[in-house]
Amino acid sequence: MTTGSGGMALAEASNAFIYATMLTLTIAMVLFAASFASGRRPSTAKAVAAGAPASGTSGSGSVAVLDRDHEHPVIDSGRRLANIGMSLTWLSFGLLTVALVLRGLWAGRVPWGNMYEFSISSAWGVLAVFLAISLRRDLRWLGLFVVIPALLTLGLSVTVLYTEAAQLVPALKSYWLVIHVSAAIICAGAFTVAASSAGLSLVQSRMESRGRAFTGPMAAMPSAEKLRTFTSRIIAFSFPVWTFSVIAGAIWAENAWGRYWGWDPKETWAFITWVVYAAYLHARSTAGWRGDKASWIAILGLVTFLINYFGVNMFVNSLHSYAGL
Amino acid sequence: MAQTKKVMSAPTSPPSVQTQAPVPPMGAGGFLRWAWRQLTSMRTALILLFALAVASIPGSILPQRGNNPLLVDEWIAGQPTLGPIMDSLGFFDVYGAPWFAAVYLLLFISLIGCVLPRVGVHWQAMRSQPPAAPRHLNRMSEFTEQQVADSPVQVIDAQAERLRRDRWRVRTGNTEDTVWLSAEKGYLRETGNLVFHLALVLVLVAVAVGGLFGWRGNVIVKEGNGFSNTLTQYDAWGGGRLATANTIPPFAFTLDDFAVEFERSEAQRGSPRLFRATVDLQREPGGEIEREVIEVNYPISIAGAKVFLVGHGYAPTFIVRDADGGIVYDDSVPFLPQDGNFTSTGVVKVPDTSPQLGFQGIFLPTSAIDDIRGPHSVFPDADDPSVFLSAWEGDLGLDSGVPQSIYSLETEQMEQIGLRALIPGQTWDFAGGEIEFTGWQRWASFQLAFDPGKEAALAASILAMVGLTVSLFTRRRRLWVKAQPAAGGSSLVQAAGLAKSEAGDVGEDVARVRDSFDNDDREDRR
Repeated sequence: MTTGSGGMALAEASNAFIYATMLTLTIAMVLFAASFASGRRPSTAKAVAAGAPASGTSGSGSVAVLDRDHEHPVIDSGRRLANIGMSLTWLSFGLLTVALVLRGLWAGRVPWGNMYEFSISSAWGVLAVFLAISLRRDLRWLGLFVVIPALLTLGLSVTVLYTEAAQLVPALKSYWLVIHVSAAIICAGAFTVAASSAGLSLVQSRMESRGRAFTGPMAAMPSAEKLRTFTSRIIAFSFPVWTFSVIAGAIWAENAWGRYWGWDPKETWAFITWVVYAAYLHARSTAGWRGDKASWIAILGLVTFLINYFGVNMFVNSLHSYAGL
Repeated sequence: MAQTKKVMSAPTSPPSVQTQAPVPPMGAGGFLRWAWRQLTSMRTALILLFALAVASIPGSILPQRGNNPLLVDEWIAGQPTLGPIMDSLGFFDVYGAPWFAAVYLLLFISLIGCVLPRVGVHWQAMRSQPPAAPRHLNRMSEFTEQQVADSPVQVIDAQAERLRRDRWRVRTGNTEDTVWLSAEKGYLRETGNLVFHLALVLVLVAVAVGGLFGWRGNVIVKEGNGFSNTLTQYDAWGGGRLATANTIPPFAFTLDDFAVEFERSEAQRGSPRLFRATVDLQREPGGEIEREVIEVNYPISIAGAKVFLVGHGYAPTFIVRDADGGIVYDDSVPFLPQDGNFTSTGVVKVPDTSPQLGFQGIFLPTSAIDDIRGPHSVFPDADDPSVFLSAWEGDLGLDSGVPQSIYSLETEQMEQIGLRALIPGQTWDFAGGEIEFTGWQRWASFQLAFDPGKEAALAASILAMVGLTVSLFTRRRRLWVKAQPAAGGSSLVQAAGLAKSEAGDVGEDVARVRDSFDNDDREDRR
């Protein structure tokens, strides 16, 4: 193994970039939190800025995204904080990308060989999915609820899961590692973002069910229905990707173990996750299930994914026990 | 599903009513129809999906016969009351248990019952025209209205042409002096959806074919030894109900060399780094001998069957001499690894002496001993090998007719005569003879598998995935444009859209209708 001085320099640099990511992400989290806490109902804000022209209130009215609203100090300061938060999230994403590349260079392979590496890759996936969607629509309202899980994952990685880079065990030496695991990383990101917005939709739906106008942080959030639609779009995107990941895993298993499906605990839980998200999609077109029940299923989906990741890797005797712990 | 739709379009009925199934009607026919409608409803599918998820869980927590039969026996032995009950309920073979099959078969029946009628409905929809424009377009969520210089016929013709170019299905007509068009797009959504569900049925069929006609066997081959592919050579072999010996290709191979490397640096010390089996393969009796390499992830394929490298271990070699010094045993015997460092156990049976001899052994590739764990190995490679032997004499019980495992010793009619640790080259001289530990060999275990359904399963899964992706990324929507004659040969144009699928946004399409006139207007003004 490359344990020469050059190798160690790469390793230390990779770790340094992880810590830098955690630092910038923590600042982003604080800014998003401050922005969230300063959220008000748009109408309240307008009342504060009396006499301001009611221009620029776009049809959506759900998010404080109105660029011409500089007269509104309350919304404006919160929005500026969230803007800096977004920039820092981009910076964190860049730093984390560098950390992963360095880790890969050190190990001389894709950085997905053990739980530590897969965890930081998943945090990268969460940020990647969030930022990719943010290119097309305003997602500042979601920032806090994406940065927190990403930061938790990174924290867990460096404290509990840290493993020195090493070569792959023979079972992992296959190009299917790249195909199967990259799809799983995208899903880790997408399922997390979906669960965050599903959780928010549950809170929002409770706020709305009180039947009167409300102020406070949730007032600046999209409506429960919008949050649910957002959740379902992400799951509609990630469900085929997860299907692909499972199929790729099956092809790999056939190559490595002589059977494409053997009900190994990892496979079983991948199947359970698939079934739960399938149930989610059905729930979205079933009367009486489209609302909060569907949101709960979206959260349950992430839970099964996490059980598969942590539970099976660490506590169950599985062919997939590559934790390296 | 049709039922669900009806409920959805009646928002006035309270939700509590919807969650209750209607009371079954009397009479056998009525009841069957009612039961069928229930089974094929979306809500039932949803419940069955959850049931499937929940039913899968025990198999991931409890040891399963298919994956680890030894652990299952251990588990049952440890729970003398609960164990056998759970065993009879199929908890140690969950995915073959009748209750698990009941869940997925019901799910598939529900799926077929729901999807097949929809295939007919969709077939009709694909061949028919979009429905006529509704009377009041302004009630739609997306609506626009404007004055256009062209006449109604010109407006509708131009729009119809533009929409057809964008691959909308367009129907035009007129009601009195109003000219209208009605357009629909996104039929692929339902097509993909139906393809996905039907492909899942094909996956199930392919899995069933593999299960019925396929077979799988395991064999341990010592370095230098051979294997010829007949049923009797296997240590374990399992085939489906319809599997026949015809599908076992008559090849043979000799394990020429088995190379193993383990991580020696501190990080992940002992992790495997390389397993490579080099074999001399004869694809058919009397055929040419080819050199092939089998590695993890790189099986070899022979006449539809595949040979996989799945494990390895040590086979210590012994020479046993009787009291007169005659050699009664000279062979290596595979020991089974018990932990990641290959602390291995096995037995040597010597039936040709009187009394018969038997040895239980622990082989340690890199030896260590402590008070808690006793003799154990601290590294998987053979850096400092030794064996710990326990010698027995008496009757091995080989003639009783009950088949015996080659990895365990029946000591009921035997008596222990001593314990000894040996390193390679050492000889233990016990009362009835002597045993020499001459060294060790490696063995590799291979899995040979034949699954005639796997290509079909793969094709069907890819079909399912393509159908799913097409379905989830296509938006089904309807668009209507109406043009009424207005003053001076101009028209009052109304356009509206309706999203027929979730997250289907028609705002853009309606805006495009509006913008197409904006351009015309500008041209007119110029």
